[in-house]
Amino acid sequence: MQWETVIGLEVHLQLATCSKIFSGSATTFGAEPNTQASAVDLAMPGMLPVLNAKAVRYAVMFGLGIGAEIGRRSVFDRKNYFYPDLPKGYQISQFEAPIVGRGTFEIQLEDGSTRSIGITRAHLEEDAGKSLHEDFHGQTGIDLNRAGTPLLEIVSEPDLRNAAEAVAYLKALHSLVTYLEISDGNMAEGSMRCDINISLRPKGSDALGTRAEIKNVNSFRFVEKAIRHEIERQADILEDGGRVVQETRLYDADLDETRPMRSKEVANDYRYFPEPDLLPVVIDDEYIEAIAAGLPELPAQKRHRFVEQYGLGNYDANVLADSRALANYFETVVTRCGDAKIAANWVQVELLGQLNRSETGIEDCPVSAVALGGLIQRILDNSISGKIAKQVFEAMWQGEGSADQVIEARGLKQVSDSGALEAMVDQVIAGSASQVEQYLAADEERRKKLVGFFVGQVMKLSRGQANPQMVNELLAKKLV
Amino acid sequence: MITLRPPLPRRQPFPVANTMAIEQNEIEKIAELARIRIAPDQIGQVTARITEILGMVDQLQAVDTTDVEPMANPLDAIQRLRADEVTEENRREAFQAIAPAVENGLYLVPRVVE
Repeated sequence: MQWETVIGLEVHLQLATCSKIFSGSATTFGAEPNTQASAVDLAMPGMLPVLNAKAVRYAVMFGLGIGAEIGRRSVFDRKNYFYPDLPKGYQISQFEAPIVGRGTFEIQLEDGSTRSIGITRAHLEEDAGKSLHEDFHGQTGIDLNRAGTPLLEIVSEPDLRNAAEAVAYLKALHSLVTYLEISDGNMAEGSMRCDINISLRPKGSDALGTRAEIKNVNSFRFVEKAIRHEIERQADILEDGGRVVQETRLYDADLDETRPMRSKEVANDYRYFPEPDLLPVVIDDEYIEAIAAGLPELPAQKRHRFVEQYGLGNYDANVLADSRALANYFETVVTRCGDAKIAANWVQVELLGQLNRSETGIEDCPVSAVALGGLIQRILDNSISGKIAKQVFEAMWQGEGSADQVIEARGLKQVSDSGALEAMVDQVIAGSASQVEQYLAADEERRKKLVGFFVGQVMKLSRGQANPQMVNELLAKKLV
Repeated sequence: MITLRPPLPRRQPFPVANTMAIEQNEIEKIAELARIRIAPDQIGQVTARITEILGMVDQLQAVDTTDVEPMANPLDAIQRLRADEVTEENRREAFQAIAPAVENGLYLVPRVVE
């Protein structure tokens, strides 16, 4: 039987506010335990939540970024469950009337093709604290610093069909929220966490199969692995004529498998009701228009512009528009050197390669965009060859100065002085009697191949600095 | 643990005739979710009384609410928002002084999993 995989993702995104969603506590990551947990976060009796304006603003920015309907009157609800990292005994969330309604956004797959993915809704809620289960004499330690950090829960439609699409979706989402600067998107610190809903159905069927939910997967790589594993597990069950049980599972990265959570952890009866301590949030046109007017160019728009304005392919445009910082860098290089295709190539191959190898972010790149543009100019005006340019780039990376300074200091300027080149060409011809003989005896077709030997020798002699075009012309003149 | 008071005398009991009776095991499940312990000999009584309450709910549900907007809050007002500023200081010491058990700045609670 051929199976089709159906995946929907729920992403919990921490919003980059400096204070919590319902209290004035700081949200800084990595602080000493419980030093950022106020009376409100601890659920002391009589404490009341007061909503953070920036959390609302960020949610609306996201909604506009995916072209969604903004909830003009959104309501907070209590989601009831008992767990010690949730001291109130309920999470303040949104149920019936979320702040962001249905929207769509475009993802780009590895092969450069695009797909439109539906977003069902996105709502505001508070994060819970953290439980630490080790080393407390059989007890659990609770850190409530994270409790009350604003979250935007983004729920996708079941539009994704495989692990690669799910990862592409997450990457596009990551790109969007960092463009909007509503989240730092730091997955290692839990700023973007993902629950995966996944089911299989016979290919061609429209009905949905029974799904399993995999909780709290925290990296692109683990999302991919967890999905691959879960597809295999469900397919095995179905092939054997069994039935998938609807349940919540955990992905164990060490064992590369998913396993069911204990039923106690998943008593799914949240008994939602409107939060009496908060009034409805009303959002008017003026507020929405002001935010819309201030939105930056978004990844998909930038991608399309790069294709049209610079003639880049979809794949290149996608890589270069991935982050605002990289896109800005690329555009500065283009402005400086005037050739978008070479700029795109240099930024993707040399620059990103070097950044990856040295685990450096584009923000901390030691070679500025203007400096790289200057280097490319020297290739374009034939001062240096592309090969020499890579050496110059290495030196620039090591802090040896601008392209011109490095070329000057290391004497790398391409030799275009016809006198000097002629001397080298003569030297090579004089030292290669048998090759010259072969060349002269050959027909036109074969000569084209044989001439490469002489060019190579001259380049070697000039330590790669001879102007190849001039060398070719000189050889054509001399080898007769 | 909850113990029931004897029922108060009522002038008119809610009609329960049309109510779907709630099962005793459902009461047990709800009690577990709400972390309320009910003495075994009282479960029957609790079930009977909640069935009565459901009778009242049925009566409410009979009202035509087609043109009534759902009320999220009885106050006719909208939420005021606060500026995103850190206004709270670290008062961990004061809060932990009244906690039953703390260690390394963490609140200790009975073990929650495995």
